[in-house]
Amino acid sequence: VKTIFELGGAGRRAFSCPPTEVPETPIADLIPAAMRRREGPRLPQVSEPELVRHYVNLSKRNFDLDSGFYPLGSCTMKHNPRLHERVAALPGNAKLHPLQDPAAAQGALELMWNLQEALAEIAGLPHVSLQPSAGSHGELAGLLLTRAYHEDRGDRRTKVLTPDTAHGTNPATVTMAGYEVVKVETSADGGVDLDDLRDKADEDVACLMLTNPNTLGLFDSNIEEIAAIVHRVGATLYYDGANLNAVMGVARPGDMGFDIVHFNLHKTFTQPHGGGGPGSGPIACSDRIEPYLMTPHLVRTEAGFGLDYDRPKSIGRLRGFQGNYGTFVRAYAYICSLGGDGLKDASETAVLNANYLKARLAEYADDLPIAFDRVCAHEFCLSGAPMKRNLGISTLDLAKRLLDFGFHPPTVYFPLLVDEALLVEPTETETKETLDAFADAIGEILREAAADPELARQAPHSTPVRRLDEAGAARNPVIRQRFEEDAR
Amino acid sequence: VSRYTAVADSDRAEMLARIGVGSIDELFAGVPEGVRLGRPIDLPSGRGEQAVYAHLRELAARNVSVEDEVTFLGAGMYDVYSPALIEMLMERSEFLTPYTPYQPEVSQGGLQVMFEFQTAISELTALPVSNASVYEAPSAVAAAGYLAKLANKGSKFVVSRGVHPHSRQTLATLAKGYAIEVVEVPLKDGVTDPDRWKSAIGQDGVSAVFLQQPNFLGAVEEVAALTDTEAVVTCICDPQTLGILRPPGDAGVDIAVGEGQSLGNRLDFGGPSFGFFAATEEHLRRMPGRIAGETRDADGQRGFVLTLQTREQHIRRERATSNICTSQALNALAGVVYLAWLGRQGIVELGELLARRTAFARELLVRIEGVEPIGEQPVVREFALTLPVRGPAEVDRVVAACRRHGVHPGYTLGHDYPEFPDGLLVAITEQRTRAEIERLAAVLEAALAEVRGGAR
Repeated sequence: VKTIFELGGAGRRAFSCPPTEVPETPIADLIPAAMRRREGPRLPQVSEPELVRHYVNLSKRNFDLDSGFYPLGSCTMKHNPRLHERVAALPGNAKLHPLQDPAAAQGALELMWNLQEALAEIAGLPHVSLQPSAGSHGELAGLLLTRAYHEDRGDRRTKVLTPDTAHGTNPATVTMAGYEVVKVETSADGGVDLDDLRDKADEDVACLMLTNPNTLGLFDSNIEEIAAIVHRVGATLYYDGANLNAVMGVARPGDMGFDIVHFNLHKTFTQPHGGGGPGSGPIACSDRIEPYLMTPHLVRTEAGFGLDYDRPKSIGRLRGFQGNYGTFVRAYAYICSLGGDGLKDASETAVLNANYLKARLAEYADDLPIAFDRVCAHEFCLSGAPMKRNLGISTLDLAKRLLDFGFHPPTVYFPLLVDEALLVEPTETETKETLDAFADAIGEILREAAADPELARQAPHSTPVRRLDEAGAARNPVIRQRFEEDAR
Repeated sequence: VSRYTAVADSDRAEMLARIGVGSIDELFAGVPEGVRLGRPIDLPSGRGEQAVYAHLRELAARNVSVEDEVTFLGAGMYDVYSPALIEMLMERSEFLTPYTPYQPEVSQGGLQVMFEFQTAISELTALPVSNASVYEAPSAVAAAGYLAKLANKGSKFVVSRGVHPHSRQTLATLAKGYAIEVVEVPLKDGVTDPDRWKSAIGQDGVSAVFLQQPNFLGAVEEVAALTDTEAVVTCICDPQTLGILRPPGDAGVDIAVGEGQSLGNRLDFGGPSFGFFAATEEHLRRMPGRIAGETRDADGQRGFVLTLQTREQHIRRERATSNICTSQALNALAGVVYLAWLGRQGIVELGELLARRTAFARELLVRIEGVEPIGEQPVVREFALTLPVRGPAEVDRVVAACRRHGVHPGYTLGHDYPEFPDGLLVAITEQRTRAEIERLAAVLEAALAEVRGGAR
């Protein structure tokens, strides 16, 4: 398929410039040559119909959640209600300037306030900042808050603990926040290894970052003991909220002892993922962390809602303006639609669906055993290692073959401690029939692999392109269109 | 059961039986008693779609949008016109609802969009390497700082006060994490003070320097004269002006970042929009975020994949060049579609239109008695004025008085710049007609008389 730069031709255009209306002063008189561009950027030259057709045709080369099952583990690909797009697009939201006088943006600030209150209640922590742009940005906020908290007490700490099952963003964030990562081992039952944690938790530890349920889809029943160990050495406990969809209304991170939590509005609260964003990563925190929260901070006074920039102990700003407000509108609409009971029902059904699908897939345990097989939360992990030995197809082959059956594969090769891992998260918005069809497809792929493993090894067969040479792409990176005239 | 779940009681019984448990509660047996909520979540009951729409519509109606008044408010986000086709494309399920393209065979649309986006940003900035988007401009500035930190052993960032206050603040917040000192260089006559700049960037241990073009006051800086340093030179650019302004890659800049809102994205009270991040070849393997690359499939067909992933957190973990994961793919799609819609001539025509209307507006407003420009440098989409009032509180009163007449005159500079206590920052977009600019002049003059009259 051609790129937009390979379409069109000289003189074609989609844009009609408004009339200047003011004197047509030569540009050379307005901007000196040293500051002026000599040759314009070589943007495409296409008409509007060509432009629309190109991108509509490109869209058809994507798989998407509205068309099919997307059980990507730790990503919570639940239904994205269209109502949310409608309310986000209301002019009072979509066309509101971020620096508008707060008195003329009271509806937006009230919406943010209501969302903060709801998130605080869901997390069991009293204070919220909506500012971070995504989960990893929330993590960075959490560690900078942790640093500010310790330093305010004259306490310089150097290390942050993360379990070996953690999302990659956790250790990456630790480094960016200027700390050293110390890995905590996983126990035989899939939780934090308490002995290892006791061993490593010392006065140099600033924080433990934890996902609960963890990335194996297992709720760590030792959470109270974990919190006690971490708090005994004066460290903070950070909750990676990627898996919050498992526990809403059942247990709250604040009640588990966490000091700081981030939410992924683009996972738990249905902000559409957009093929890689936008997201949103609000954080909630306890009283002892609150003084350090980012500016501006939303406040409620007798005069109405306002933005407070004067917070002497604040870590400052993490991004421009007030955060990804459009995602707040969608998340708030979702919370209004579900209510407290509906959110709990969402989590319960997510856990029910995961356990049901796990039970269905247990039929194939000889080839695809469940890693740490016990009752799971909203997701569970399979190991494709026996399949590879028995049938000669890898987890990657299975994933690619699933594409031919019309399913998006689960997350593959994560978490790292499970060999040939597949992490499956069905979410609550899928029907039993879909889960059955997915389990049947896995069974069919294993059966056909027993007869002819090449079918999976060569898969996918029915997608817009076949398996792609990723190693070659990284070896000789071609990351922009080359123009013919540059080759000459 | 909410309308978004499809498990009815009969399904539930069958599913529980298959799992081998008697109730949903048994699935949560691993949650210890001590951490259970044990009561309903204290939130209002769920409501139907129609009721939720009515509630959100009522809230939105209490905001004064750029459709409700003639706005000259900018300072980083602008009331630009976005063509209808962008809305249509952004709402297509195939772009709106997929995850990050981890399975390239079923994500060619999104990946090719990223590749085209990277190409467009490379062309705009005249820098060879672009990623597929970051969150927004200020965090992109901080990301450039982190790249510099990985690239050299400097201990200091030098930042012009012409850089957006949000960018300077964000950089300071993040630099504290990895212990780099941020030093600011003041403005002189509305642009970065060249002498103070030269001496600041000439110090030992400077890791990176940061400029903005046009700067926060709207003035066009002579960037090429400010880039003579071994440190990593970062320039924050307004992409809508890059059709006419000398591109950063041609002016000695190593990293160009910027705010993508003006490229076809909505204001959305500050986000989501996108940030762009382009660099010289040298920094390719230190770039943050996703990068799409061209390759071939098993049949030799052209295709696209996420590439150079060994930089990224999911592979490299604590040694990653950034922690960014989800960024702003959908907003970047709007960005590249907008640039293709503008096209090769359009980006120049739009830049010229903005420059002419902005020059016209500045000339008109400085004719008001007591109103002075801050500096005489060229301006192309925004400009700063000094009003004949005392301090930001009075400027705010002028703004409020104008707004009572349906015109938002701009941003009160004094809140961020004590050195310009009476400053007002006025933004021009292609949506602001000559008639509206003339109306601003009349309304501002009347508002000044009102506020000064009241003060006497």
